[in-house]
Amino acid sequence: MRNALAIGGKEVRTYFSSPMAYVVAAIFLAATGFFFVQDLAVLQLARLQGFFGPASFLLLLLCPLLTMRLLAEEQKLGSLELLLTAPVRDEEVVIGKYIGALAMVGSMLALTLYFPLVLFLFGDPDPGPVLTGYLGIFLLGACFAAVGLFASSMTSNQIVAAVIALGFSLLFWLAGTAGSMLQEVPGARDLLQYLTLSTHYGELVRGVVDARALVYLLSFIIAALFLTVRSIETKRWR
Amino acid sequence: MIDVQHVSKRYGGYLAVEDVSFHVPQGQILGFLGPNGAGKTTTMRMITGYMPPSSGTVTIAGYDIFSQSLQARRHIGYLPETVPLYTDMTVRSYLDFQGTIHGLKDPHKRGRVNTVIERMRLDEYADTYIGKLSKGYRQRVGIGQAIIHEPDVLVLDEPTIGIDPIQVVETRQLIKELGQDHTIILSTHILPEVSMVCQRVVIINEGQIVAADTADSLSAKLGGPERVRLLVRGPAREVAGAVRDLPGVQTVEHEATGTEGVDRFLVACRMGRDLRPQLAAVITQHKWDLLELQAIGMSLEDIFLRLTTSEELPANA
Ligand SMILES: Nc1ncnc2c1ncn2[C@@H]1O[C@H](COP(=O)(O)OP(=O)(O)OP(=O)(O)O)[C@@H](O)[C@H]1O
Ligand SMILES: [Mg+2]
Repeated sequence: MRNALAIGGKEVRTYFSSPMAYVVAAIFLAATGFFFVQDLAVLQLARLQGFFGPASFLLLLLCPLLTMRLLAEEQKLGSLELLLTAPVRDEEVVIGKYIGALAMVGSMLALTLYFPLVLFLFGDPDPGPVLTGYLGIFLLGACFAAVGLFASSMTSNQIVAAVIALGFSLLFWLAGTAGSMLQEVPGARDLLQYLTLSTHYGELVRGVVDARALVYLLSFIIAALFLTVRSIETKRWR
Repeated sequence: MIDVQHVSKRYGGYLAVEDVSFHVPQGQILGFLGPNGAGKTTTMRMITGYMPPSSGTVTIAGYDIFSQSLQARRHIGYLPETVPLYTDMTVRSYLDFQGTIHGLKDPHKRGRVNTVIERMRLDEYADTYIGKLSKGYRQRVGIGQAIIHEPDVLVLDEPTIGIDPIQVVETRQLIKELGQDHTIILSTHILPEVSMVCQRVVIINEGQIVAADTADSLSAKLGGPERVRLLVRGPAREVAGAVRDLPGVQTVEHEATGTEGVDRFLVACRMGRDLRPQLAAVITQHKWDLLELQAIGMSLEDIFLRLTTSEELPANA
Protein backbone atom coordinates (compact mmCIF):
# COMPACT_ATOMS: atom_id res chain seq x y z
CA MET A 1 0.00 0.00 0.00
CA ARG A 2 2.89 2.31 0.78
CA ASN A 3 4.19 1.76 -2.73
CA ALA A 4 0.76 2.40 -4.25
CA LEU A 5 0.48 5.64 -2.29
CA ALA A 6 3.97 6.70 -3.38
CA ILE A 7 3.06 6.08 -7.02
CA GLY A 8 -0.31 7.80 -6.55
CA GLY A 9 1.34 10.82 -4.95
CA LYS A 10 3.77 11.09 -7.81
CA GLU A 11 0.88 10.98 -10.32
CA VAL A 12 -0.96 13.73 -8.47
CA ARG A 13 2.10 15.97 -8.57
CA THR A 14 2.44 15.26 -12.28
CA TYR A 15 -1.20 16.24 -12.85
CA PHE A 16 -0.83 19.45 -10.94
CA SER A 17 2.16 20.43 -13.05
CA SER A 18 0.66 19.49 -16.41
CA PRO A 19 -1.20 21.95 -18.62
CA MET A 20 -3.51 19.17 -19.85
CA ALA A 21 -5.05 18.73 -16.40
CA TYR A 22 -5.71 22.47 -16.05
CA VAL A 23 -7.22 22.78 -19.51
CA VAL A 24 -9.52 19.82 -18.94
CA ALA A 25 -10.58 21.08 -15.52
CA ALA A 26 -11.22 24.56 -16.92
CA ILE A 27 -13.40 23.21 -19.73
CA PHE A 28 -15.32 21.04 -17.28
CA LEU A 29 -15.93 23.87 -14.84
CA ALA A 30 -16.89 26.39 -17.50
CA ALA A 31 -19.30 24.05 -19.28
CA THR A 32 -20.98 22.69 -16.14
CA GLY A 33 -21.20 26.22 -14.73
CA PHE A 34 -23.00 27.35 -17.87
CA PHE A 35 -25.59 24.57 -17.65
CA PHE A 36 -26.08 25.15 -13.93
CA VAL A 37 -26.71 28.86 -14.36
CA GLN A 38 -28.99 28.25 -17.33
CA ASP A 39 -31.09 25.81 -15.31
CA LEU A 40 -31.25 28.19 -12.41
CA ALA A 41 -32.07 31.31 -14.40
CA VAL A 42 -34.46 29.84 -16.95
CA LEU A 43 -36.33 27.27 -14.90
CA GLN A 44 -36.02 29.10 -11.56
CA LEU A 45 -35.57 25.72 -9.85
CA ALA A 46 -33.34 25.18 -6.82
CA ARG A 47 -32.01 21.83 -7.98
CA LEU A 48 -28.80 20.41 -9.44
CA GLN A 49 -30.29 18.38 -12.29
CA GLY A 50 -29.09 20.98 -14.76
CA PHE A 51 -25.55 20.27 -13.56
CA PHE A 52 -25.64 16.47 -13.19
CA GLY A 53 -26.99 15.77 -16.68
CA PRO A 54 -24.32 17.49 -18.81
CA ALA A 55 -21.61 16.81 -16.22
CA SER A 56 -21.86 13.06 -16.80
CA PHE A 57 -21.40 13.41 -20.54
CA LEU A 58 -18.57 15.90 -20.11
CA LEU A 59 -16.81 13.44 -17.80
CA LEU A 60 -17.22 10.74 -20.42
CA LEU A 61 -15.49 12.97 -22.97
CA LEU A 62 -12.82 14.46 -20.70
CA CYS A 63 -11.76 11.53 -18.51
CA PRO A 64 -9.89 9.79 -21.37
CA LEU A 65 -7.77 12.94 -21.73
CA LEU A 66 -6.80 12.71 -18.07
CA THR A 67 -6.05 8.99 -18.03
CA MET A 68 -4.43 8.45 -21.43
CA ARG A 69 -1.00 9.40 -20.12
CA LEU A 70 -0.91 7.11 -17.07
CA LEU A 71 0.62 3.94 -18.49
CA ALA A 72 1.02 4.78 -22.18
CA GLU A 73 3.70 7.35 -21.46
CA GLU A 74 5.58 4.96 -19.18
CA GLN A 75 5.70 2.49 -22.03
CA LYS A 76 6.79 5.11 -24.53
CA LEU A 77 9.59 6.45 -22.32
CA GLY A 78 10.61 2.98 -21.18
CA SER A 79 10.24 3.99 -17.53
CA LEU A 80 7.78 1.13 -17.06
CA GLU A 81 10.87 -1.08 -17.16
CA LEU A 82 12.22 0.59 -14.03
CA LEU A 83 8.84 0.50 -12.32
CA LEU A 84 8.38 -3.20 -13.06
CA THR A 85 11.88 -4.14 -11.90
CA ALA A 86 11.51 -2.23 -8.63
CA PRO A 87 10.35 -4.36 -5.69
CA VAL A 88 6.75 -3.34 -6.31
CA ARG A 89 3.86 -5.63 -7.22
CA ASP A 90 2.08 -5.07 -10.51
CA GLU A 91 -1.13 -4.57 -8.50
CA GLU A 92 0.52 -1.78 -6.54
CA VAL A 93 1.55 -0.03 -9.75
CA VAL A 94 -2.02 -0.19 -11.08
CA ILE A 95 -3.65 0.89 -7.81
CA GLY A 96 -1.12 3.70 -7.44
CA LYS A 97 -1.88 5.00 -10.91
CA TYR A 98 -5.59 4.70 -10.20
CA ILE A 99 -5.28 6.64 -6.96
CA GLY A 100 -3.63 9.42 -8.94
CA ALA A 101 -6.43 9.50 -11.50
CA LEU A 102 -9.15 9.39 -8.83
CA ALA A 103 -7.54 12.27 -6.98
CA MET A 104 -7.54 14.30 -10.18
CA VAL A 105 -11.18 13.54 -11.05
CA GLY A 106 -12.15 14.05 -7.41
CA SER A 107 -10.54 17.47 -7.19
CA MET A 108 -12.19 18.52 -10.43
CA LEU A 109 -15.58 17.53 -9.00
CA ALA A 110 -14.77 19.16 -5.67
CA LEU A 111 -14.37 22.46 -7.49
CA THR A 112 -18.03 22.26 -8.55
CA LEU A 113 -19.20 22.10 -4.96
CA TYR A 114 -19.92 25.80 -5.06
CA PHE A 115 -23.03 25.04 -7.15
CA PRO A 116 -24.82 23.28 -4.26
CA LEU A 117 -23.35 25.87 -1.91
CA VAL A 118 -25.06 28.63 -3.88
CA LEU A 119 -28.30 26.64 -3.88
CA PHE A 120 -28.27 26.12 -0.13
CA LEU A 121 -27.40 29.77 0.50
CA PHE A 122 -30.14 31.23 -1.68
CA GLY A 123 -32.74 28.49 -1.92
CA ASP A 124 -34.10 25.46 -0.19
CA PRO A 125 -33.14 22.39 -2.19
CA ASP A 126 -33.77 18.78 -1.16
CA PRO A 127 -30.39 17.67 0.24
CA GLY A 128 -30.99 13.95 -0.54
CA PRO A 129 -30.61 14.03 -4.33
CA VAL A 130 -27.71 16.48 -4.04
CA LEU A 131 -25.76 14.02 -1.91
CA THR A 132 -26.63 10.91 -3.93
CA GLY A 133 -26.04 12.85 -7.14
CA TYR A 134 -22.51 13.69 -6.03
CA LEU A 135 -21.96 10.07 -5.03
CA GLY A 136 -23.17 9.12 -8.51
CA ILE A 137 -21.00 11.55 -10.42
CA PHE A 138 -17.94 10.54 -8.41
CA LEU A 139 -18.57 6.83 -9.00
CA LEU A 140 -19.14 7.55 -12.67
CA GLY A 141 -15.84 9.43 -12.88
CA ALA A 142 -14.21 6.52 -11.05
CA CYS A 143 -15.59 4.11 -13.67
CA PHE A 144 -14.37 6.22 -16.58
CA ALA A 145 -10.97 6.58 -14.91
CA ALA A 146 -10.68 2.80 -14.46
CA VAL A 147 -11.57 2.17 -18.10
CA GLY A 148 -9.15 4.90 -19.14
CA LEU A 149 -6.34 3.33 -17.12
CA PHE A 150 -7.00 -0.02 -18.76
CA ALA A 151 -6.94 1.59 -22.20
CA SER A 152 -3.69 3.33 -21.32
CA SER A 153 -2.09 0.00 -20.44
CA MET A 154 -2.82 -1.39 -23.88
CA THR A 155 -0.70 0.96 -25.99
CA SER A 156 2.26 3.29 -25.83
CA ASN A 157 0.37 5.85 -27.92
CA GLN A 158 -1.58 8.31 -25.76
CA ILE A 159 -4.01 9.31 -28.52
CA VAL A 160 -4.86 5.68 -29.20
CA ALA A 161 -5.33 5.16 -25.45
CA ALA A 162 -7.75 8.10 -25.28
CA VAL A 163 -9.76 6.85 -28.25
CA ILE A 164 -10.00 3.31 -26.84
CA ALA A 165 -11.10 4.72 -23.48
CA LEU A 166 -13.75 6.86 -25.17
CA GLY A 167 -15.00 3.86 -27.14
CA PHE A 168 -15.37 1.65 -24.06
CA SER A 169 -16.97 4.45 -22.05
CA LEU A 170 -19.52 5.17 -24.77
CA LEU A 171 -20.28 1.48 -25.07
CA PHE A 172 -21.13 1.17 -21.40
CA TRP A 173 -22.94 4.51 -21.43
CA LEU A 174 -25.22 3.68 -24.33
CA ALA A 175 -25.72 -0.09 -24.00
CA GLY A 176 -29.10 0.47 -22.38
CA THR A 177 -30.35 2.48 -25.36
CA ALA A 178 -29.63 -0.53 -27.53
CA GLY A 179 -31.39 -2.63 -24.89
CA SER A 180 -34.57 -0.58 -25.09
CA MET A 181 -34.88 -1.64 -28.72
CA LEU A 182 -35.14 -5.24 -27.55
CA GLN A 183 -38.67 -4.85 -26.18
CA GLU A 184 -39.68 -8.39 -27.07
CA VAL A 185 -36.74 -10.05 -25.22
CA PRO A 186 -37.19 -8.69 -21.68
CA GLY A 187 -34.33 -10.76 -20.24
CA ALA A 188 -31.74 -9.37 -22.62
CA ARG A 189 -33.17 -5.89 -22.27
CA ASP A 190 -32.94 -5.93 -18.50
CA LEU A 191 -29.42 -7.32 -18.57
CA LEU A 192 -28.26 -4.57 -20.95
CA GLN A 193 -30.00 -1.99 -18.79
CA TYR A 194 -28.17 -3.33 -15.75
CA LEU A 195 -24.80 -3.22 -17.54
CA THR A 196 -25.35 0.41 -18.49
CA LEU A 197 -23.64 3.10 -16.47
CA SER A 198 -26.24 5.76 -17.29
CA THR A 199 -29.07 3.64 -15.77
CA HIS A 200 -27.45 3.56 -12.36
CA TYR A 201 -26.23 7.10 -12.55
CA GLY A 202 -29.73 8.31 -13.43
CA GLU A 203 -31.16 6.62 -10.34
CA LEU A 204 -28.57 8.15 -8.05
CA VAL A 205 -29.21 11.62 -9.45
CA ARG A 206 -32.95 11.16 -8.80
CA GLY A 207 -32.08 10.36 -5.19
CA VAL A 208 -32.62 6.60 -5.43
CA VAL A 209 -29.86 4.52 -3.83
CA ASP A 210 -30.06 0.92 -4.96
CA ALA A 211 -27.53 -1.54 -3.53
CA ARG A 212 -27.51 -3.41 -6.85
CA ALA A 213 -26.39 -0.22 -8.59
CA LEU A 214 -23.53 0.35 -6.15
CA VAL A 215 -22.45 -3.29 -6.48
CA TYR A 216 -22.42 -2.95 -10.24
CA LEU A 217 -20.41 0.28 -10.28
CA LEU A 218 -17.83 -1.06 -7.83
CA SER A 219 -17.53 -4.36 -9.73
CA PHE A 220 -17.08 -2.39 -12.92
CA ILE A 221 -14.11 -0.55 -11.40
CA ILE A 222 -12.55 -3.68 -9.94
CA ALA A 223 -12.91 -5.56 -13.22
CA ALA A 224 -11.22 -2.75 -15.16
CA LEU A 225 -8.34 -2.61 -12.66
CA PHE A 226 -7.96 -6.39 -12.75
CA LEU A 227 -7.76 -6.31 -16.55
CA THR A 228 -5.13 -3.58 -16.30
CA VAL A 229 -2.99 -5.77 -14.04
CA ARG A 230 -3.29 -8.64 -16.49
CA SER A 231 -2.46 -6.36 -19.37
CA ILE A 232 0.76 -5.29 -17.63
CA GLU A 233 1.64 -8.90 -16.84
CA THR A 234 1.37 -9.86 -20.49
CA LYS A 235 3.81 -7.05 -21.33
CA ARG A 236 6.47 -8.95 -19.44
CA TRP A 237 5.86 -12.08 -21.47
CA ARG A 238 6.15 -10.47 -24.88
CA MET B 1 25.60 -13.41 -6.22
CA ILE B 2 24.27 -13.50 -9.77
CA ASP B 3 23.68 -16.98 -11.14
CA VAL B 4 22.41 -17.42 -14.68
CA GLN B 5 21.66 -21.01 -15.69
CA HIS B 6 20.86 -22.16 -19.23
CA VAL B 7 18.80 -19.10 -19.98
CA SER B 8 17.13 -18.70 -23.37
CA LYS B 9 14.75 -16.07 -24.69
CA ARG B 10 12.53 -16.40 -27.68
CA TYR B 11 10.72 -13.43 -29.23
CA GLY B 12 8.00 -15.10 -31.25
CA GLY B 13 9.98 -17.43 -33.47
CA TYR B 14 13.27 -15.55 -33.07
CA LEU B 15 15.78 -16.93 -30.60
CA ALA B 16 17.47 -13.81 -29.16
CA VAL B 17 19.39 -15.52 -26.34
CA GLU B 18 20.33 -19.18 -26.43
CA ASP B 19 21.41 -21.29 -23.46
CA VAL B 20 23.44 -18.63 -21.67
CA SER B 21 25.03 -19.59 -18.33
CA PHE B 22 27.44 -17.67 -16.13
CA HIS B 23 28.06 -16.84 -12.52
CA VAL B 24 29.18 -13.59 -10.92
CA PRO B 25 30.60 -14.04 -7.42
CA GLN B 26 30.14 -11.35 -4.76
CA GLY B 27 32.22 -8.24 -5.32
CA GLN B 28 33.12 -8.94 -8.91
CA ILE B 29 32.64 -6.65 -11.90
CA LEU B 30 31.64 -8.65 -14.94
CA GLY B 31 31.75 -7.18 -18.42
CA PHE B 32 29.16 -8.39 -20.85
CA LEU B 33 30.64 -7.72 -24.25
CA GLY B 34 28.88 -8.06 -27.56
CA PRO B 35 28.06 -6.26 -30.81
CA ASN B 36 24.67 -4.66 -31.53
CA GLY B 37 21.84 -7.14 -31.37
CA ALA B 38 23.91 -9.76 -29.56
CA GLY B 39 21.33 -10.14 -26.81
CA LYS B 40 22.93 -8.09 -24.02
CA THR B 41 19.85 -6.05 -23.19
CA THR B 42 17.62 -9.11 -23.43
CA THR B 43 19.83 -10.99 -20.98
CA MET B 44 19.88 -8.05 -18.56
CA ARG B 45 16.11 -7.74 -18.70
CA MET B 46 15.87 -11.37 -17.65
CA ILE B 47 18.39 -10.85 -14.84
CA THR B 48 16.44 -7.87 -13.48
CA GLY B 49 13.10 -9.66 -13.67
CA TYR B 50 11.58 -7.40 -16.30
CA MET B 51 10.82 -10.37 -18.50
CA PRO B 52 10.91 -14.04 -17.60
CA PRO B 53 13.26 -16.29 -19.60
CA SER B 54 11.68 -18.70 -22.06
CA SER B 55 13.71 -21.37 -20.29
CA GLY B 56 16.43 -21.47 -17.64
CA THR B 57 16.76 -19.78 -14.27
CA VAL B 58 18.27 -16.63 -12.82
CA THR B 59 19.13 -16.44 -9.13
CA ILE B 60 20.01 -13.16 -7.39
CA ALA B 61 21.46 -13.31 -3.87
CA GLY B 62 19.92 -16.73 -3.46
CA TYR B 63 16.42 -15.72 -4.63
CA ASP B 64 14.91 -16.96 -7.87
CA ILE B 65 14.04 -13.93 -9.97
CA PHE B 66 10.79 -15.50 -11.11
CA SER B 67 9.34 -17.39 -8.15
CA GLN B 68 10.75 -15.08 -5.43
CA SER B 69 10.63 -12.00 -7.57
CA LEU B 70 10.11 -9.28 -4.97
CA GLN B 71 12.88 -10.53 -2.67
CA ALA B 72 15.26 -10.86 -5.60
CA ARG B 73 14.36 -7.43 -6.99
CA ARG B 74 15.13 -5.79 -3.63
CA HIS B 75 18.76 -6.75 -4.17
CA ILE B 76 19.06 -5.23 -7.64
CA GLY B 77 19.77 -1.73 -8.88
CA TYR B 78 19.20 -1.36 -12.60
CA LEU B 79 20.22 1.20 -15.20
CA PRO B 80 18.42 0.43 -18.48
CA GLU B 81 20.11 1.26 -21.76
CA THR B 82 17.84 4.21 -22.57
CA VAL B 83 18.00 5.76 -19.05
CA PRO B 84 14.22 6.19 -18.81
CA LEU B 85 13.69 8.82 -16.09
CA TYR B 86 10.61 10.92 -15.33
CA THR B 87 11.45 14.18 -17.05
CA ASP B 88 8.81 16.16 -15.15
CA MET B 89 10.40 15.54 -11.76
CA THR B 90 13.36 17.24 -10.13
CA VAL B 91 16.47 15.21 -9.42
CA ARG B 92 15.81 15.23 -5.70
CA SER B 93 12.13 14.30 -5.87
CA TYR B 94 12.91 11.55 -8.39
CA LEU B 95 15.56 9.99 -6.17
CA ASP B 96 13.19 10.31 -3.23
CA PHE B 97 10.48 8.50 -5.19
CA GLN B 98 12.84 5.72 -6.22
CA GLY B 99 13.97 5.44 -2.61
CA THR B 100 10.38 5.04 -1.44
CA ILE B 101 9.43 2.33 -3.90
CA HIS B 102 12.65 0.52 -3.00
CA GLY B 103 11.52 0.41 0.60
CA LEU B 104 13.52 3.24 2.18
CA LYS B 105 11.90 5.31 4.91
CA ASP B 106 12.69 8.75 6.25
CA PRO B 107 14.98 9.87 7.81
CA HIS B 108 17.27 7.18 6.34
CA LYS B 109 15.84 7.86 2.88
CA ARG B 110 16.56 11.59 3.08
CA GLY B 111 20.11 10.78 4.07
CA ARG B 112 20.54 8.39 1.15
CA VAL B 113 19.16 10.93 -1.32
CA ASN B 114 21.67 13.51 -0.10
CA THR B 115 24.51 11.00 -0.17
CA VAL B 116 23.68 9.95 -3.73
CA ILE B 117 23.35 13.55 -4.91
CA GLU B 118 26.76 14.27 -3.46
CA ARG B 119 28.37 11.10 -4.74
CA MET B 120 27.05 11.59 -8.28
CA ARG B 121 28.09 15.25 -8.08
CA LEU B 122 24.57 16.45 -8.81
CA ASP B 123 24.49 19.12 -6.06
CA GLU B 124 24.12 21.97 -8.47
CA TYR B 125 21.19 20.28 -10.21
CA ALA B 126 19.37 18.77 -7.23
CA ASP B 127 16.31 20.95 -7.81
CA THR B 128 16.46 21.01 -11.60
CA TYR B 129 13.86 19.15 -13.66
CA ILE B 130 15.38 16.02 -15.17
CA GLY B 131 14.00 17.01 -18.57
CA LYS B 132 16.36 20.00 -18.54
CA LEU B 133 19.51 17.99 -17.82
CA SER B 134 22.08 17.03 -20.44
CA LYS B 135 22.55 13.39 -21.36
CA GLY B 136 25.60 13.04 -19.15
CA TYR B 137 23.81 14.35 -16.09
CA ARG B 138 20.79 12.16 -16.77
CA GLN B 139 23.17 9.23 -16.83
CA ARG B 140 24.36 10.24 -13.38
CA VAL B 141 20.79 10.42 -12.11
CA GLY B 142 20.24 7.00 -13.70
CA ILE B 143 23.16 5.49 -11.83
CA GLY B 144 22.04 7.39 -8.73
CA GLN B 145 18.60 5.78 -8.75
CA ALA B 146 20.24 2.38 -9.23
CA ILE B 147 22.34 2.71 -6.08
CA ILE B 148 19.82 4.59 -3.91
CA HIS B 149 18.84 1.49 -1.87
CA GLU B 150 22.41 0.18 -1.65
CA PRO B 151 21.65 -3.01 -3.59
CA ASP B 152 24.02 -5.97 -3.60
CA VAL B 153 23.79 -6.25 -7.35
CA LEU B 154 24.07 -3.52 -9.97
CA VAL B 155 22.99 -4.17 -13.54
CA LEU B 156 24.20 -1.44 -15.88
CA ASP B 157 23.24 -1.62 -19.55
CA GLU B 158 25.82 0.29 -21.59
CA PRO B 159 26.51 2.87 -18.88
CA THR B 160 29.01 4.88 -20.93
CA ILE B 161 27.07 5.17 -24.15
CA GLY B 162 26.32 8.65 -25.49
CA ILE B 163 28.34 10.73 -23.02
CA ASP B 164 31.44 12.79 -23.69
CA PRO B 165 34.95 11.28 -23.32
CA ILE B 166 35.74 13.06 -20.06
CA GLN B 167 32.56 11.81 -18.46
CA VAL B 168 33.20 8.35 -19.86
CA VAL B 169 36.47 8.27 -17.93
CA GLU B 170 34.70 9.54 -14.80
CA THR B 171 31.92 7.01 -15.14
CA ARG B 172 34.38 4.14 -15.49
CA GLN B 173 36.19 5.34 -12.40
CA LEU B 174 32.89 5.54 -10.57
CA ILE B 175 31.91 2.01 -11.59
CA LYS B 176 35.24 0.73 -10.31
CA GLU B 177 34.59 2.45 -6.99
CA LEU B 178 31.07 1.05 -6.85
CA GLY B 179 32.61 -2.37 -7.42
CA GLN B 180 34.00 -2.20 -3.89
CA ASP B 181 30.53 -2.57 -2.32
CA HIS B 182 28.47 -3.99 -5.16
CA THR B 183 28.51 -6.97 -7.47
CA ILE B 184 28.24 -5.47 -10.94
CA ILE B 185 27.35 -6.69 -14.37
CA LEU B 186 27.77 -4.13 -17.12
CA SER B 187 27.24 -4.48 -20.83
CA THR B 188 29.30 -2.75 -23.46
CA HIS B 189 30.47 -3.10 -27.00
CA ILE B 190 33.73 -1.28 -26.32
CA LEU B 191 36.58 -3.76 -25.86
CA PRO B 192 39.06 -1.55 -23.98
CA GLU B 193 36.33 -0.59 -21.52
CA VAL B 194 36.18 -4.16 -20.35
CA SER B 195 39.88 -4.39 -19.58
CA MET B 196 39.76 -1.01 -17.81
CA VAL B 197 36.82 -1.73 -15.56
CA CYS B 198 36.05 -5.42 -15.30
CA GLN B 199 37.69 -8.42 -13.70
CA ARG B 200 35.90 -10.93 -15.86
CA VAL B 201 34.43 -10.87 -19.33
CA VAL B 202 31.68 -12.80 -21.01
CA ILE B 203 31.54 -12.32 -24.75
CA ILE B 204 28.20 -12.89 -26.41
CA ASN B 205 27.40 -12.98 -30.09
CA GLU B 206 24.10 -13.78 -31.77
CA GLY B 207 22.64 -14.82 -28.45
CA GLN B 208 25.36 -17.29 -27.52
CA ILE B 209 28.38 -17.04 -25.26
CA VAL B 210 31.50 -17.32 -27.40
CA ALA B 211 34.10 -16.76 -24.70
CA ALA B 212 34.36 -16.25 -20.96
CA ASP B 213 37.65 -15.34 -19.34
CA THR B 214 39.38 -12.95 -16.98
CA ALA B 215 39.74 -9.51 -18.45
CA ASP B 216 43.54 -9.58 -18.21
CA SER B 217 44.09 -12.80 -20.08
CA LEU B 218 41.52 -11.85 -22.65
CA SER B 219 43.13 -8.54 -23.42
CA ALA B 220 46.55 -10.21 -23.46
CA LYS B 221 45.24 -12.59 -26.07
CA LEU B 222 43.24 -10.10 -28.04
CA GLY B 223 44.64 -6.68 -27.32
CA GLY B 224 48.07 -7.17 -28.94
CA PRO B 225 49.20 -5.36 -32.07
CA GLU B 226 47.97 -8.05 -34.39
CA ARG B 227 47.33 -5.61 -37.16
CA VAL B 228 49.98 -3.19 -38.30
CA ARG B 229 49.68 -0.42 -40.82
CA LEU B 230 52.78 0.43 -42.85
CA LEU B 231 53.49 3.38 -45.11
CA VAL B 232 56.44 2.59 -47.34
CA ARG B 233 58.22 4.30 -50.23
CA GLY B 234 59.36 1.51 -52.52
CA PRO B 235 58.26 -0.96 -55.18
CA ALA B 236 54.85 -2.02 -53.99
CA ARG B 237 54.83 -5.60 -55.22
CA GLU B 238 58.25 -6.38 -53.83
CA VAL B 239 57.43 -4.80 -50.49
CA ALA B 240 54.25 -6.81 -50.21
CA GLY B 241 56.13 -9.99 -51.13
CA ALA B 242 58.87 -9.42 -48.58
CA VAL B 243 56.40 -8.68 -45.81
CA ARG B 244 54.28 -11.69 -46.67
CA ASP B 245 57.36 -13.94 -46.43
CA LEU B 246 57.94 -12.99 -42.78
CA PRO B 247 57.01 -15.82 -40.41
CA GLY B 248 53.86 -14.99 -38.46
CA VAL B 249 52.27 -12.79 -41.10
CA GLN B 250 48.86 -13.96 -42.17
CA THR B 251 47.71 -11.53 -44.81
CA VAL B 252 48.92 -8.34 -46.42
CA GLU B 253 46.49 -5.88 -47.95
CA HIS B 254 47.81 -3.24 -50.25
CA GLU B 255 46.32 0.22 -50.75
CA ALA B 256 47.53 2.91 -53.08
CA THR B 257 47.91 6.33 -51.48
CA GLY B 258 47.72 8.50 -54.55
CA THR B 259 51.35 9.51 -54.24
CA GLU B 260 53.56 7.83 -56.84
CA GLY B 261 55.81 5.18 -55.26
CA VAL B 262 54.31 5.45 -51.76
CA ASP B 263 51.99 2.67 -50.65
CA ARG B 264 50.07 1.65 -47.59
CA PHE B 265 49.99 -1.95 -46.34
CA LEU B 266 47.72 -3.50 -43.79
CA VAL B 267 49.47 -6.48 -42.22
CA ALA B 268 47.55 -9.03 -40.15
CA CYS B 269 49.72 -11.14 -37.86
CA ARG B 270 49.07 -14.40 -36.13
CA MET B 271 47.27 -14.12 -32.78
CA GLY B 272 49.53 -12.93 -30.01
CA ARG B 273 52.53 -12.04 -32.18
CA ASP B 274 54.07 -8.59 -32.16
CA LEU B 275 55.91 -8.37 -35.48
CA ARG B 276 56.65 -4.65 -35.49
CA PRO B 277 60.47 -5.00 -35.06
CA GLN B 278 60.71 -7.65 -37.80
CA LEU B 279 58.59 -5.54 -40.14
CA ALA B 280 60.77 -2.50 -39.59
CA ALA B 281 63.91 -4.60 -40.08
CA VAL B 282 62.83 -6.22 -43.32
CA ILE B 283 61.96 -2.88 -44.89
CA THR B 284 65.19 -1.15 -43.90
CA GLN B 285 67.19 -4.20 -45.07
CA HIS B 286 65.82 -3.68 -48.55
CA LYS B 287 66.69 0.02 -48.31
CA TRP B 288 63.07 1.09 -48.75
CA ASP B 289 61.87 4.06 -46.77
CA LEU B 290 59.64 3.26 -43.80
CA LEU B 291 57.45 6.35 -43.45
CA GLU B 292 54.96 5.07 -40.90
CA LEU B 293 54.46 2.01 -38.73
CA GLN B 294 51.31 1.86 -36.66
CA ALA B 295 49.76 -0.89 -34.54
CA ILE B 296 46.01 -1.11 -34.84
CA GLY B 297 43.96 -2.74 -32.10
CA MET B 298 41.50 -5.36 -33.07
CA SER B 299 37.99 -4.16 -33.59
CA LEU B 300 35.18 -6.00 -31.92
CA GLU B 301 34.21 -7.36 -35.31
CA ASP B 302 37.68 -8.87 -35.76
CA ILE B 303 37.43 -10.50 -32.38
CA PHE B 304 34.10 -12.08 -33.15
CA LEU B 305 35.44 -13.22 -36.46
CA ARG B 306 38.39 -14.85 -34.74
CA LEU B 307 36.42 -16.29 -31.87
CA THR B 308 33.80 -17.73 -34.09
CA THR B 309 35.92 -18.87 -37.02
CA SER B 310 39.27 -19.93 -35.54
CA GLU B 311 40.35 -22.36 -32.88
CA GLU B 312 43.03 -20.05 -31.56
CA LEU B 313 41.15 -18.87 -28.50
CA PRO B 314 39.08 -21.62 -26.97
CA ALA B 315 36.10 -20.61 -24.87
CA ASN B 316 37.32 -21.78 -21.50
CA ALA B 317 34.14 -21.00 -19.62
N1 LIG C 1 10.88 -6.83 -27.63
C1 LIG C 1 11.48 -7.47 -28.66
N2 LIG C 1 10.74 -8.13 -29.57
C2 LIG C 1 11.33 -8.78 -30.61
N3 LIG C 1 12.65 -8.85 -30.82
C3 LIG C 1 13.45 -8.22 -29.95
C4 LIG C 1 12.91 -7.49 -28.83
N4 LIG C 1 13.94 -6.96 -28.13
C5 LIG C 1 15.07 -7.33 -28.78
N5 LIG C 1 14.79 -8.08 -29.87
C6 LIG C 1 15.77 -8.70 -30.79
O1 LIG C 1 16.62 -9.54 -30.05
C7 LIG C 1 17.97 -9.39 -30.46
C8 LIG C 1 18.85 -9.02 -29.29
O2 LIG C 1 18.52 -7.70 -28.88
P1 LIG C 1 19.18 -6.97 -27.65
O3 LIG C 1 18.47 -5.68 -27.47
O4 LIG C 1 19.21 -7.89 -26.49
O5 LIG C 1 20.66 -6.74 -28.17
P2 LIG C 1 21.84 -5.90 -27.51
O6 LIG C 1 22.99 -6.84 -27.37
O7 LIG C 1 21.38 -5.23 -26.28
O8 LIG C 1 22.17 -4.86 -28.64
P3 LIG C 1 22.60 -3.32 -28.55
O9 LIG C 1 24.09 -3.29 -28.44
O10 LIG C 1 22.14 -2.77 -29.86
O11 LIG C 1 21.89 -2.71 -27.39
C9 LIG C 1 17.99 -8.35 -31.58
O12 LIG C 1 18.06 -9.02 -32.79
C10 LIG C 1 16.66 -7.65 -31.42
O13 LIG C 1 16.17 -7.25 -32.67
MG1 LIG D 1 21.21 -3.32 -25.72
